[in-house]
Amino acid sequence: MEDAHRTIDAVWRIESSRLIAGLARMVGDVGLAEDLAQDALLAALEQWPDSGVPDNPGAWLMTTARRRGIDTLRRRTLLQRKQEQLGYEIEAQLERAVPDLDAGLDDDIGDEMLRLVFTCCHPVLSTEARVALTLRLLGGLTTPEIARAFLSPEATVAQRIVRAKRTLAEARVPIEVPRADELHERLASVLEVIYLVFNEGYSATAGDDWLRADLCEDALRLGRVLATLMPNESEVHGLVALMEIQASRLRARVGPSGEPVLLLDQNRARWDRLLITRGLDALARAESLGGAFGPYALQAAIAACHARARTAEETDWKRIAALYDALAQLAPSPVVELNRAVALSMAFGPAAGLELLDTLAGVKALAGYHLLPAVRGDFLAKLGRVDEARAELARAAQLTQNARERELLLARAASLSDSQA
Amino acid sequence: MRFMVMVPADKESEAGVLPTEQQLTEMMQFNEQLVKAGIMLAGEGLHPSSNGARIRFSEGGKKTVIDGPFTESKELIAGFWIWQVKSREEAIEWAKRAPFQAGVQLELRQIFEAPDFGEALTPELQAKEEQLRAQSEQLSRAGAKA
Repeated sequence: MEDAHRTIDAVWRIESSRLIAGLARMVGDVGLAEDLAQDALLAALEQWPDSGVPDNPGAWLMTTARRRGIDTLRRRTLLQRKQEQLGYEIEAQLERAVPDLDAGLDDDIGDEMLRLVFTCCHPVLSTEARVALTLRLLGGLTTPEIARAFLSPEATVAQRIVRAKRTLAEARVPIEVPRADELHERLASVLEVIYLVFNEGYSATAGDDWLRADLCEDALRLGRVLATLMPNESEVHGLVALMEIQASRLRARVGPSGEPVLLLDQNRARWDRLLITRGLDALARAESLGGAFGPYALQAAIAACHARARTAEETDWKRIAALYDALAQLAPSPVVELNRAVALSMAFGPAAGLELLDTLAGVKALAGYHLLPAVRGDFLAKLGRVDEARAELARAAQLTQNARERELLLARAASLSDSQA
Repeated sequence: MRFMVMVPADKESEAGVLPTEQQLTEMMQFNEQLVKAGIMLAGEGLHPSSNGARIRFSEGGKKTVIDGPFTESKELIAGFWIWQVKSREEAIEWAKRAPFQAGVQLELRQIFEAPDFGEALTPELQAKEEQLRAQSEQLSRAGAKA
């Protein structure tokens, strides 16, 4: 019995997004589509433990969901006579749709999936709602799984999903792929959602919370699926490349006692070569599609510089500095500038880094950002300006929220005075 | 979690007989499904064992190279996939969908990943890790000075 349920879970994981995508297109309502799919899942949970899992479980679920859909719509049309016409139309659509998920309909399925992707990430929804809906409808995660991953109460996430589905219905958001003129803007929102999920998991791996780290896998999977749905969109490959390469370092970025290990200190033997290869391939695809200067492709290219270097010393810092330069022009941000300063100092010496850093001194967004004085302190120390360096490191220690980091900064400051004394 | 799915060799694969066009088409369709589902990390077919070799390690550091082919074809594999899935059951579900004929027996094995080592990463191993890392840091510092 328990086995059957686990098998059904697995089938659900494999089939649910396609199922919901197909139903959503038929009934024109994501919420109703998911309800129907859930009904079919319940039916499977009732029947499969006795009858066994059918040979084509996807088709079974689709047939069952479709039948329930017709029943639901019949009831609705009885209740709401004026919607009769619409009801029959949908009913006719449902009747026509012959589910055969394994053969011949691949293009349709891809199209339906893509419609669902864009609907889940529609701008009428808040970012949080997009994330929850995407994970639930496309990632096949349950509400408790999403709640656990985002450290939110289950009721909050459940509410968020219910409200998101209602918002989509009330705004009469059509379940479709955006037109060419708005495609790129809408795609950016899809990519943002996927990367947000990835980062949520990535930052969690600094702790020992591997449940949350699963989000990296979920995001990667969504990204890889999207790359097959939109094979000609370079930024999709750029994002996949970025995630694959970042994920390749997951097991190297945490030390034995759970402490974070910085990129240049990581044991490169622990980097995941398979993911690096996949990441470099995806980056090459993005570049061959003419997308070398997309924001994700650029970040992936920077990550690739590190991935290609066999040792930290082999890092091509000049190239990284140039890539940050391009990124700063494309998506200017103080944090990018800070990274550019680090790259410049590695490529051309601390004075070059310091020069750029000093132009950032008055930037509001960086006020209170501990990395600014931390990096500045590092440059000054390398230049032998010890007193100034110590002051900056102390300031950084004051600003950081992280106790461990504070210790390290203070220790660095102290070691400076020791070595000079 | 990751699984390696191993496809056993048979007389034909060992004889270097290539799959028929239909088998190839079916396999390509299956692979496409895996890619579209975002679970396929890698998948390769292997040359017959006549092209391979075994290296046996013996007492005294002696190594013996044994050239293929190897006769016990039941223990040989002809190809493998690496899949990224959420559960063992999901891997099994996918494996059940692979286009193989009667008589074939696929084998699934979970691949170790960092969190799997949790308990097994003993203090001694952790110390070893630490030491390795210190060494590599020293090396990189030496490299930086050079």
